[in-house]
Amino acid sequence: MDVRRFEHGSRVPGWDSAVDLTKDPSSIPDPATTPVPEELRAEIEAAMAKYPDRRSAALPALHAAQRLHGWCSPEAIEQVACVMRLTPGYLSAVATFYDMFDTEPVGRNRVFVCTNISCSLCGADELYAAIKDAAGDDPDINVRKFECLGACDIAPMASVNGTYVGPLALEDVEPLIDDIRNERDPLPAKQLRYRANAGAAPSTPADSDETEDRSS
Amino acid sequence: MSQKLLFRDIDEPGLNTIDVYRRRGGYENLRKALAMPREAVLNELLASGLRGRGGAGFAMGKKVSFLPKGSMDVYLCCNADESEPGTFKDRELMQKNPHLLIEGIIIAAYAAGANKAFIYIRGEYQLQADILDAALAEAERAGYLGESILGSEHSLSLVVHRGAGAYICGEETALLDSLEGKRGNPRLKPPFPANQGLYQGPTLINNVETLATVPIIIGMGGEEYAKIGTETSTGTKLVSVSGHVKRPGNYEIELGIPAREIIYGLAGGPADGRRVKLWFPGGSSSPVLTEAELDLAYDFDTMAKAGSMLGSGAIIVVDDSTSVVDVAYKTAYFYRHESCGKCTPCREGTNWTVKMLERIKAGEATPMDLDIMASVCEQIIGNCLCVLGDAMAMPVGSMVKKFRSEFEEEIERRRQEAWAATTTPEPELPLIQGAVA
Repeated sequence: MDVRRFEHGSRVPGWDSAVDLTKDPSSIPDPATTPVPEELRAEIEAAMAKYPDRRSAALPALHAAQRLHGWCSPEAIEQVACVMRLTPGYLSAVATFYDMFDTEPVGRNRVFVCTNISCSLCGADELYAAIKDAAGDDPDINVRKFECLGACDIAPMASVNGTYVGPLALEDVEPLIDDIRNERDPLPAKQLRYRANAGAAPSTPADSDETEDRSS
Repeated sequence: MSQKLLFRDIDEPGLNTIDVYRRRGGYENLRKALAMPREAVLNELLASGLRGRGGAGFAMGKKVSFLPKGSMDVYLCCNADESEPGTFKDRELMQKNPHLLIEGIIIAAYAAGANKAFIYIRGEYQLQADILDAALAEAERAGYLGESILGSEHSLSLVVHRGAGAYICGEETALLDSLEGKRGNPRLKPPFPANQGLYQGPTLINNVETLATVPIIIGMGGEEYAKIGTETSTGTKLVSVSGHVKRPGNYEIELGIPAREIIYGLAGGPADGRRVKLWFPGGSSSPVLTEAELDLAYDFDTMAKAGSMLGSGAIIVVDDSTSVVDVAYKTAYFYRHESCGKCTPCREGTNWTVKMLERIKAGEATPMDLDIMASVCEQIIGNCLCVLGDAMAMPVGSMVKKFRSEFEEEIERRRQEAWAATTTPEPELPLIQGAVA
């Protein structure tokens, strides 16, 4: 639902979306009437067993539900609430707090482009625009700006379904989107996991060959 | 130049597996620590002078000694929610040498008397969390975790807990709330986590790098470790250098070397023909320093004396091709996004600072906005439950203070550009005489 705005752009005070006041306050879902997929139930119960307090499993449980449903849909939250014996309201409150939980339906390929200080110094804003452009209106690709992903050494970078790739030049955008569309490993040559430690090579200032060595 | 402790053989293939780690002498320090009485391990930590590597720089041994004695559940949390812009040292450490961290956690838990430990890792680090999970399973199979470790009376369970993308969860009390399955809102202090932390029990919270240093200290002895670095900033530190440098990345340095040596010597400095305009010495929440301050020694106390802080050891270099207004805007925007919204000064202050910076960029600001911005920053500092608001106010405030003339110039230039874009024929008189030639 669109947020209503004043003419000058400010948000009209109030909630982002209307609350249905005719509904009863949600209570802990009844296991008899809430079907939960078996593997999801097992995963949540295993997570709950790890902690002294079962509520600690809220984040792992929501992660599991999001993996299964694609987003934290009301149905997904209902199922987690049923297994964890919590109200859906409590879990919605948790899910809306964290950036990685989507409370609206999104494309199943998540592309997070870091646009924080270090990355934007290296051209992340142009990169984001280019990726957004290349993805077009593909409903399966969800491109979003993200605050620091903790990989400033490969700036500008992106996280493609959890895999860090960088440094990305504008020429890398087409192959990257191509890899995502064809369900391939995104740009293996640029993945963070294969990168050597920066201090490993003997450091001689202004040695340009070395810079190339490391990025290959 | 400096010795490698944490990053020794960091790129050795398979170091993340227990076999290679043990071949390199891994888990020997654990054996040594468990043979010592608990107090002796604590004394080694105190003697080492190791200061927390997460940002606050609090002495680690002292933190352990604050834990109350008695028969209650003591918890240990490893803070791996590395979200400070510019910081990526823990990522590399966990990815390439997870067992060093696990060994450190076991020894620290032994010193603290904790038998339940958690690693709170940020949700975005999926690869690193998977590696930690695998390493954990290996350590468990080898008998380093679980009941009566290596035949001693010490037992420990360790859980990797994945966050879900919230910078604030790196703040220790917000981390505890998040670990308890709540929204990550900071708590009122005191009580400090050492007394009432996770599940209301005494809790020790330390950064990844701090805990990973523990086995090294046990191995070489606290006294010996204290000889590295300066008197009050002992040991080596991982620094993450990023931004406008030729070779960004993680470097292990001995504390106390000049910052110029890190930025120019190790990271190669900015591109040819460019100069350093400003640099963040310890992540985006540290007040910025200028080119003139490049020769300062890089340690906790010198940075504090220069009006900044060592923080998490993340150096972000900005060269003279970038406008300071853009840097300030990016910084403020980040904190606005990440403010949890619990305390009014932070929630509103970050928001209004961003709005004022947007006004500057749109050519609608006046120099008075700079004064308002400075006063907003002043109102935030020290008035919130945690330091997230301060973390925006300090760098932005320092940028306005140190680069005020550039801000004024930018305000004037953008105002005139905006003016020129309108159809009004006559230009307005400049607000600041002589700011723009």
